[in-house]
Amino acid sequence: MTGRIVVAGASMGGLRAAEQLRAAGWSGAITMVGDEPHMPYNRPPLSKEVLAGKAPFESLAFTPKAAAADVEWRLGTRAVAARLAERTVTLDDGSTLPYDGLVIATGMRPRRLGCPGPLTGRHTVRTLADAQGLRDALTRPGVRVVVVGAGFIGCEVAATAVGLGVREVTVVDPLPLPMVGPLGEQLGRALLKRHEERRVRFVLGTGVAGFEGDPGAPPSGGGGRVTGVVLSDGTVLPADVVVESVGSVANVEWLEGNGLDLSDGVLTDGQLRVGGRPEVVAVGDVARFPNARYDGVPRRVEHWSIPTDTAKHAAKALVAHLTGAQAELAPFAPLPTFWSDQHEFRLQSFGAPVLGKDDVRILDGDLDGDVLVGYHAGGLLVGVVALGGQAAAMGAARYRAQLLKQPALTA
Amino acid sequence: MKVVVDMNKCQDHGQCVFAAPDVFSMDDEGHLVYVSDADDTLRDEVEEAADVCPLQAIRIEA
Ligand SMILES: Cc1cc2nc3c(=O)[nH]c(=O)nc-3n(C[C@H](O)[C@H](O)[C@H](O)COP(=O)(O)OP(=O)(O)OC[C@H]3O[C@@H](n4cnc5c(N)ncnc54)[C@H](O)[C@@H]3O)c2cc1C
Ligand code: SF4
Repeated sequence: MTGRIVVAGASMGGLRAAEQLRAAGWSGAITMVGDEPHMPYNRPPLSKEVLAGKAPFESLAFTPKAAAADVEWRLGTRAVAARLAERTVTLDDGSTLPYDGLVIATGMRPRRLGCPGPLTGRHTVRTLADAQGLRDALTRPGVRVVVVGAGFIGCEVAATAVGLGVREVTVVDPLPLPMVGPLGEQLGRALLKRHEERRVRFVLGTGVAGFEGDPGAPPSGGGGRVTGVVLSDGTVLPADVVVESVGSVANVEWLEGNGLDLSDGVLTDGQLRVGGRPEVVAVGDVARFPNARYDGVPRRVEHWSIPTDTAKHAAKALVAHLTGAQAELAPFAPLPTFWSDQHEFRLQSFGAPVLGKDDVRILDGDLDGDVLVGYHAGGLLVGVVALGGQAAAMGAARYRAQLLKQPALTA
Repeated sequence: MKVVVDMNKCQDHGQCVFAAPDVFSMDDEGHLVYVSDADDTLRDEVEEAADVCPLQAIRIEA
């Protein structure tokens, strides 16, 4: 087999794609382009074990499968442009890579707050370097921490900071409850209570208007070190460390100029193909795909299970096209799953709770203890979330089979 | 095939149990138990389990 598949983005999605291309029978060249200097590593521990100092950085690296041993790695190299009509990708070293197949796996980067104020002391958590920098900041004695954004990463960071002994940890969010967007009100309230009982302070229903810095430093333009967070009602929360966990932005700029829908990640069809081109597929966080299990509306899913699921399907579709095989693949229909560890409790989710937030039922336990919550749409169970200890998480798993065999939801 | 789980890493997520129920299971306390000398016919299952382990704690040796 001759020809080359270029994989852009050398993280979990890219690695799994390379492995699955081999598993699907591709024996041509695979070139992996990644702008981080590292081999692919596991991100979830960055806001948990790594930040807590319980996992050394070296423990995060994925072990690539033997079948992917001959992949050519171009690390520390960024894809800056693509010409899909000519089948080329341009790299930041000025070189141009021609390809027969292209896998888009460039993932997300943290969204930053645009409001004015100093930049030093403000952190995000996406990369190893981010987690290392934040850990250094959190372990300085007496620091006061403000986390902006009460989503999963913000709540994990707040919990880890308390666990590290940080005495003042405050989470700010314009929404009324933590994690309410994906999980709904009941669990949002239960999570708020648990965090507050463990010394995390919340300022909810309030946005951030800006940041205060060292006197003497220029008031704007990024000079100086942050000393406080200015809320939209004018209150100032003193802060030595600010963590911005306000969502993420897709790394798709390099794909511009090809007539693709890049409005939220990169739009794919039900086989993860991009722009009607069978030789281009997308995997992982960046892929906005319709899930045949649900309503067929294309969505991005930032769960750890998705890079592997998308890679398996996309690799089959791509290799079938490149080898001229007439494989009719069933449409992509993964069962999303995610977990989140905060303090000593775990959230474990199967399915798509976000689609069933208007019909939430307690399936087992109660919201003050271990609890299992069911999310329904049109009377059908579409997601379950467990909150509590390991037994609760395993309770959710018992509904997994039911979620898997349910008929597809229609819009 | 020899299956090794790094029990220092494992946090009893149980994802491996869905992928390879013949090899991995949970005991009554919710802790992982597994067959370390699994039959070679189960290789695909075990590879899948290794892929989906959130802590990347599962290794296949030979
Ligand atoms: C702190 C944190 C905690 C998380 N915790 C959980 C959790 O508990 N549970 C859960 O289910 N999920 C969790 N997730 C989500 C999960 O880690 C992601 O879904 C997963 O990492 C997505 O992998 P990916 O390969 O699609 O994207 P990414 O990991 O974002 O990889 C994209 C790669 O492409 C590179 N890149 C970008 N642009 C270019 C370019 N132009 N050229 C070359 N390379 C480029 C990037 O630098 C990056 O290395 C967490 C994520 C983070 C950040
Ligand atoms: S999936 Fe990994 S962490 Fe979970 S029980 Fe299995 S080996 Fe342990």
